[in-house]
Amino acid sequence: MATSVAGAGFSSRRSQVRSLSAVAAIETHRLERRFDDVTAVAGIDLAVAEGEIYAFLGPNGAGKTTTVRMLTTLLRPTGGRANVAGHDVVADPASVRRAIGVALQEAALDPLMTGTELMRLQATLHGIPKAEGRRKAAALLERVGLIQAAERRVGTYSGGMRRRLDLATALVHEPRVLFLDEPTTGLDPVSRMTIWEEVRKLNDEGTTVFLTTQYLEEADHLADRVGIIDEGVMAAEGTPKSLKAEVGRPHLELSLAQGAAPQAADIVARFGKLLPAKDGAVFVQLEGGAAEVAPIVRALDDAGLAVESLDLVQPSLDDVFAIKTGHHLEGADNEPAADAVAVAP
Amino acid sequence: MNLAPLAANLRVISALSARSIKQAFRRPQFLAPVLIFPSLFLAVNTGGAGRAVEIPGFPEVHGFLDFQLAGSMMQATMLAGVSGGIALALDIEMGFIDRLFAAPIARSAMVLGRLAATGLLGLLAGVWFLGIGLIFGARIEAGVPGVLLILVLATLAATAFGGIGAALALRAGRASVVQGIFPLVFVILFLSSAFFPGELLLEPARSISTWNPLSFIADGLRQPVISAISLNEVGKCLGGIAIVGGAGWLLSAAALRARLKAA
Repeated sequence: MATSVAGAGFSSRRSQVRSLSAVAAIETHRLERRFDDVTAVAGIDLAVAEGEIYAFLGPNGAGKTTTVRMLTTLLRPTGGRANVAGHDVVADPASVRRAIGVALQEAALDPLMTGTELMRLQATLHGIPKAEGRRKAAALLERVGLIQAAERRVGTYSGGMRRRLDLATALVHEPRVLFLDEPTTGLDPVSRMTIWEEVRKLNDEGTTVFLTTQYLEEADHLADRVGIIDEGVMAAEGTPKSLKAEVGRPHLELSLAQGAAPQAADIVARFGKLLPAKDGAVFVQLEGGAAEVAPIVRALDDAGLAVESLDLVQPSLDDVFAIKTGHHLEGADNEPAADAVAVAP
Repeated sequence: MNLAPLAANLRVISALSARSIKQAFRRPQFLAPVLIFPSLFLAVNTGGAGRAVEIPGFPEVHGFLDFQLAGSMMQATMLAGVSGGIALALDIEMGFIDRLFAAPIARSAMVLGRLAATGLLGLLAGVWFLGIGLIFGARIEAGVPGVLLILVLATLAATAFGGIGAALALRAGRASVVQGIFPLVFVILFLSSAFFPGELLLEPARSISTWNPLSFIADGLRQPVISAISLNEVGKCLGGIAIVGGAGWLLSAAALRARLKAA
């Protein structure tokens, strides 16, 4: 266990690992993969620090899975290089495999095996002695909430259970770096939250996590840093906060009683720039952020205008994606807006 | 000499083999053809063509069943090889092979683990058909040593055929393709001495049968049933197994290399 950093007040091992180590857990230089005439990954550079959660965000077909497969030695790069846990993925794949855990997009689970059998097999594949492997298998199944179903065949598991089992198998050898390829795709919200919690716990214990996702919320909530990929090219990279700050300020969406919108617009325009809005609504960009909401509401109240609802909309990663790539991320419109505030009439 | 890596490799092969065996028994639709189909074929052949032993030139046998047992065992061991190939192709289709590729294990362990299970199915086939034969009146002229020899040869033969199945699976990556060679198994087997003495076949089947490695294997499996153990026949049988096994190994290695390279 790393010792605490004096004076820094860090409480998690993740922070300790990051502060003590400047070694990149994952590093790529002009990493490329071509399939005949198609360039799936067109020379990307990225670096993930030890102890970090890095989210690789992009739509279907962007090159996320291809990148993960190269980093996990399942696919040979056609150009560039990549190091994972200090080892070159082409020159020393065996060392990479010893250091990584992998949970791929299609959970590669044998439906005829039981959860216990699969865990024990995975332990054997990673050279863990029999008794220790059995102990770790049981402990991990308990950890991911599958101990009751451990002796059932995987074919009887739900989607969420399979994902948890896949995650558990990736952890049996305590990898330094964990690769998760769209870990919550197709899961219900409860199962998704369970996976998120587990990922955070693992990261707190010092595991570097590289996850791919097409869900903005997932990247926003989990990741220390986000890399945005589109059509095989890195479009942007940074912390969620810094990426969103790059693209603008939050805006306020007001729904008003019939006929009140024009007068409200005149009042609200004193507080910020008006944005295009549908009939009966007023949208205003807030230069000062959420602190400007209360003065606006007071001003509208003083004028006797009834506000039916208001939403404070922060810039989203989809806004970042749209600005950097020229189009929105698929399904982004289906995600609930953050920080919705309902005001009773 | 550091034996630790070898020991670790053997542990992995053993674990993968155990998985393959459990798979076979948990998927009866794949196991049944290995035993049931050749058994039905044996019943029909011995029931319908039993008087073939009266054809001039037919080897001296206690009964037609004694002669046919080798053919059924050949069929079963070849189908075990196909079955193993289908199972490996399914592993590729469902992505389980990626789990193995991402693990720090020798690439050959994936194939060897599957072959070990196929060999065990061959042993099971040997026991099954010897059992059927004895129940229905066959006589094993070479006695207990003959029985043991047949079981060893059946195990080795199944392992060799498993290599061919594995090569197909690794090359095609689709269970339907491997399954498609099932009719071909019959054609190749009928062009050997598995079901009928090679000398009594018409040309060109007779010439093909003379040089077909499957004839060497079939004759080797048959010899302890119909007469005393012949080292010459055992040698030829092992030679036939080596030819099939060698071809399977080379094709599997090439297919695995191609798959890893394309990946």
